[in-house]
Amino acid sequence: MPATDLLSSQGLRLDGRRPNELRRIRCRLGVFTQPDGSAYLEQGNTKVLAAVYGPHQASKSKLSTEGVVVNCQYSMATFSTGERKNRPRGDRKSQEMSMHLRQALTAAIKTELYPRSQIDIYVEVLQADGGAYCACVNAATLALTEAGVPLRAYVCASSASMAAAGAGSAGPEPLLDVGHVEEAAGGVVLTVAALPTTGHIALLEMSHRLHMDYFDIVLSRAMQGCRDIEVILDRAVRDHLAEGWTKQDVMTI
Amino acid sequence: MTGHVSIRLASERVNHCVATMNEPPRFYTPGEVITGMQDFMRGHGTYTEDDCLKASVAGVMEKVNKLICIRPLKSRYVGEIGDVVVGRVLEVQQRRWKVETNSRLDSVLQLSSVNLPGGELRRRSAEDEQMMRKHLQEGDLISAEVQSVFSDGSLSLHTRSLKYGKLTQGTLVKVYPSLIKRRKNHFHNLPCGVAIIIGNNGYIWISPQNHEGVMEEQKDDDTVDQQSVSRSDRETMARVKNCIAALVASKMMLDDTSIMFAYEESLKYDSVKDLLDPETMLDISFLTQHRINNIMEE
Repeated sequence: MPATDLLSSQGLRLDGRRPNELRRIRCRLGVFTQPDGSAYLEQGNTKVLAAVYGPHQASKSKLSTEGVVVNCQYSMATFSTGERKNRPRGDRKSQEMSMHLRQALTAAIKTELYPRSQIDIYVEVLQADGGAYCACVNAATLALTEAGVPLRAYVCASSASMAAAGAGSAGPEPLLDVGHVEEAAGGVVLTVAALPTTGHIALLEMSHRLHMDYFDIVLSRAMQGCRDIEVILDRAVRDHLAEGWTKQDVMTI
Repeated sequence: MTGHVSIRLASERVNHCVATMNEPPRFYTPGEVITGMQDFMRGHGTYTEDDCLKASVAGVMEKVNKLICIRPLKSRYVGEIGDVVVGRVLEVQQRRWKVETNSRLDSVLQLSSVNLPGGELRRRSAEDEQMMRKHLQEGDLISAEVQSVFSDGSLSLHTRSLKYGKLTQGTLVKVYPSLIKRRKNHFHNLPCGVAIIIGNNGYIWISPQNHEGVMEEQKDDDTVDQQSVSRSDRETMARVKNCIAALVASKMMLDDTSIMFAYEESLKYDSVKDLLDPETMLDISFLTQHRINNIMEE
């Protein structure tokens, strides 16, 4: 159900963005030395760290001969939200988030290449300001790329919402990249994790109810967000590569 | 402990870039189409989809005739036969050891591919199997050579030479494998009085040079190499370790030449712990790069 007061009469959102604008994304690859790959990503005020270990020998209980076992752990820092709260790792919410992360990332990783191995992905939310899942997927993609794990394509996640026709605005308008204020104001949040280069959707999740007529436009806006994020991530990866390669003798055989 | 801790703002961090002349090569990122043509072979780091050859990792292209590979900046160690590796024993199993070598899967060291005390032609008996833990225990570091690569990518090692075997006293430095330059020899006695083993898997072992030149195989008791290492030797080892750290921070290739150059450049700093200062690290790697460039030009 579209919420009413998400768009001002000038067509601006609560935080001053236009409906089709993302929050500012800043990211960095290779923030840690110990893991195989790591990344830090800021999406507006949502800040996330991701670390990837592997592929390494899978533990005996998890070992699979078909492909690599992807193991995700999502956790939130005690200081990540307005209310300081000790968050145990295994609680229901983070377990669900870990499962969803795993689903999105397994769709991108070429799992069949490394039988009997395991990849561990740890994401930590340092500051949660809405769209934590999306930021986690994007950060994990960067960390996987840095670790040199073979991916089909980047997997990017974005969320979208729906604003009802307010006073003065043209009509109902889908909103891209939902922040905490908009999440709290009510209204639907559609989260999409997709491989934008191929157009595959890895995960689709929606909170609240949305009229069927609106679904397509909200989904297409979220997909547009994924494509925009991919461009940003790709640029970050290329910058990181350029920084690393200048010092290496590139072996051309 | 006296507090000598420096915590910097992110804006004051040192950029470890050491500029080189050559311009960056063309990069490929996951999902990017390399070529649409059919007449190429699919190598590592690539896959085919919709009649296109696409990259699956972020890195540069290596082309051998019709084979196209994408080499990532950083990845786990991919073993090749004949590589020298340094690894840690994880498990003692029936007639074999499991060894961690920074590879995707644990490596195997068969009991039949180690030199047991008592010469080459000795029959391996049931006692040998029971004595395995006495030979190599969990947590021991070894140097070995890759004997073969199994179909799933895991490695089989051997230590059938006097230069391989258990490592006793020294320091282990872990770097990522793509920084190691492949050389004919990976065992070096540096002129500064330190022996290093540059494992192809990115594990570097720094140890004091063994002056008397005796191999440990004669004395198979537990007191092997337990004599203390002199302070000056330990300082030199620490200096070499810090020099490697400086080169790694600037992502420079490691071999005996670059490590030796970095060591010589570092001698102008008296205290070894000063070498961990980011500005000093940058200075050392910059001077090393300069010397390497000079050699290349000659």
